[in-house]
Formats: sequence, C-alpha cells, structure tokens
Amino acid sequence: METISLLTWSLDGLLGLSLLWLAWRALTTPDLFKAVVLFIAFGLLITLVWVRLDAPDVALAEAAIGAGLTGALLLSALSRLDSTNSDPAPVNSGEAPVNQKPGRFESIHWWPFLSLVLVSAGLGSVILSMPAAFSGLSPEVNAQLTNSGVENPVTAVLLNFRAYDTLLEMVVLLIALLGVWSLGGGVKHKEPFPGTVLDILTRLLTPVLILVSAYLLWVGAHAPGGAFQAGSVLGAAGVLLMLSGWQLQMNIPVLLIRLILLAGPFAFIAMAAITMMIEGQLLQYPTAHAGLLILLLETLATLSIGATLAALFLGGQTWKNDEESL
Amino acid sequence: MTTAILYALTGIGLFSLALYSLIVQAHLLRKILAINIMGSGVFLVLIALAKRSDEIPDPVPHAMVITGIVVAVSATALALSMMLKLNTETHHAELPDDQQG
Repeated sequence: METISLLTWSLDGLLGLSLLWLAWRALTTPDLFKAVVLFIAFGLLITLVWVRLDAPDVALAEAAIGAGLTGALLLSALSRLDSTNSDPAPVNSGEAPVNQKPGRFESIHWWPFLSLVLVSAGLGSVILSMPAAFSGLSPEVNAQLTNSGVENPVTAVLLNFRAYDTLLEMVVLLIALLGVWSLGGGVKHKEPFPGTVLDILTRLLTPVLILVSAYLLWVGAHAPGGAFQAGSVLGAAGVLLMLSGWQLQMNIPVLLIRLILLAGPFAFIAMAAITMMIEGQLLQYPTAHAGLLILLLETLATLSIGATLAALFLGGQTWKNDEESL
Repeated sequence: MTTAILYALTGIGLFSLALYSLIVQAHLLRKILAINIMGSGVFLVLIALAKRSDEIPDPVPHAMVITGIVVAVSATALALSMMLKLNTETHHAELPDDQQG
C-alpha cells in the first residue's frame, strides 16, 4: 500500500511538473512551429491528468478538441501566416536586435512578474484554505439521476439539469463561426494533392470516425461520451477530409450545410419553447420521454458541432463563389 | 496535501505562467497559445476541486469544463482568423510597442 501511494504521488508530481514545463517551453521557445507542437503535447498530457482526476468525459473532449482540433487550427494558421509574411524584417527593426539576446534576468518584466507572483500566492492560499473533503453537487445530481432520462451524470447535467448552458454554447459556436466568416479569412489555402497513402488512409478512416462518433453519441447516455465528444470526432473527420483535398463546395449544396449548422441551436430553442409551454419550465422534459428527447437533441447537436468545427477549420474563405450563385 | 490540491495548485501555476506570457509576449499567435493555457489552468482547478471526496467526483464542474473546452476552441478559431486578417492587411502578426502606438 505504501509503495502504491508513493508511486501515484510521484506520477502526479511528474505529470504536474511536466505540464508546467511544457507550458513554459510552448510560451517561450523562439520557434513558433515548435511552440505549437509543444502546445499539442501539452494537450495530450493534460488529457492524462483528466483521467487521473476521474474525469473521463473531459478527457475524451480534450483528446479530440484540445489536442486534436486546436492543434490542427494552430498549425493551419501558422502555415498561412508564413506564406503571407514572407518579409521577415519588422518595422521596429532598430529595436529587435537589442531584444534578441537578453540576459537571463534582464528579460524579465518585473512588474507583471511580481504582481503575478502575488496573485498566484493569493489564489494558492485560497485553494489551501478550502475544505479538504467536499462532494459539491454530486448528491443532488445523484438523487435526481433517475428522473433525468440518462444514467451518465455528466450527460444528465449537460443535457438536462443545465441544458440551457448547452443551448447557449451552441449559440456561441454559431456566433464564432459567423465571426470567422465575416472576417473573410486570409489567403485561399490550397491543399496539394495528398499522395496515395494519405488518400487511402482518409478513405479508410472517415467511415470509422463516423462510426466512432455515432457510438460516442449513443454510449453517452450511460457511460463517458456524449454530443460534444461525438461532434468533435465528426469535426476531426471533416478536417481530415479537407486536409486530403476534398472539395466541400463542389459536393454539397450550401443550403444543406447551413441547415446542418443551424440544426443544433434551433432544435434546442424549439425544445426550450415547447417544454416551456407544456411543463412551464425552460428545457424541463417530461420524465417519461426525457431519454428519447435527450437523444434527439444530442443527435442534432452532434451534427451541428461537427459541421461547425470543420467549418471553423476551413476558415473564412469558404463559399464565396456559392454565395454569388445563390 | 491530496492529489486534488496538488493539481489545483498546478492549475494556478499554469494560469499565472500563461498570464505573464500573455502580457509580455508580442506575437499574437503566442498570445493565443497563452490564453488557451490560461483556460487549461482554470479547467484544471475546477476538475481538481471536483475530486475532493473519495466518492464519484462532482459532475457539474465536469460538464462546465466540457462546455468550456468547446467554447475555447471556437474562440481560438475566431482569434486565429482575426490574426490572419491583421496579417494580410499589415504583414505583421505582432502588436505594436507602446512607443509606436
């Protein structure tokens, strides 16, 4: 027993220190590409931490989004940045060489450094002053779990007890996408022909990813999984397709894409209005049909999340030509 | 000190480290990375504090963090496309110094 607890302690300590080290390296290494790769490694490592902290739902979401999609977004943005930023000489070139090789301590900005040390100390003392054992809202959630229509407490919170959070989140996703679209994006980035291996791999992987997504959606009712995880796997499938040169605008009509993007938020809003009329409370499902309604909402949300994430990756340069033809 | 406290303190460390970078680094991509790491620090505090009892951890912070991860990726996408727009307009991806401002 002693050795096991020592082992877990050293594992936890090592994980925590590696997180801090990776974060520091990602934020200070001069090479931006290296920084992004270190950030992806950071995402993978924090996934391990979620598992250590008994949060498998969060770990699934982090693995698909935090490490996967965010990394793809950052790398794609970095590549577009390089192609336009061919002139490396900055305007403040008179200043740049001075800052290039500062001494180890000259480079520290003391005011932010000292105030952040104070802030960390304050936050740390708050953490240490909290009660060591506290079960939070889990007794309440467990007491109502039989009425929620699902067996996984996290899904019950997301889609039933605090479903309005999820409603607002669908709207946030849509607004972010509208923001990206209205910025118009930078250069048109053309993927070169992917090569046979990537092409075949994509053809094999895409059906598997769709299947995994459907499984995650279904299993979310009683085990780790759910709409967000399923949606992000679907989004990753879309990103993979685009990376291997799949041309979206030629294959699917724009109207269909927009309908899929809107399906999730609209389903939530419609459900909120209907439950408001029938039950008198926003998103309070009738107990007998809760499971079915949650599955319906989750399915539409998964499609919307997947499509939105893939569209976010595609960026602002989409569908210009199609809009003219509409 | 329990595992929960250890990871919560790590989360605070990440938050402060990234906030420092956000303040001092000029490159916008680096600032976006810093905001993401700040977010991860906050998530870590939430999830760690949810696991303070020996039973099943509190599912409410878990749901909040899942929501947070998805919101973070969409905010990152928006920030990146703003950066790219600035980059195409000005051929820079850094904020100007105060002296120039």
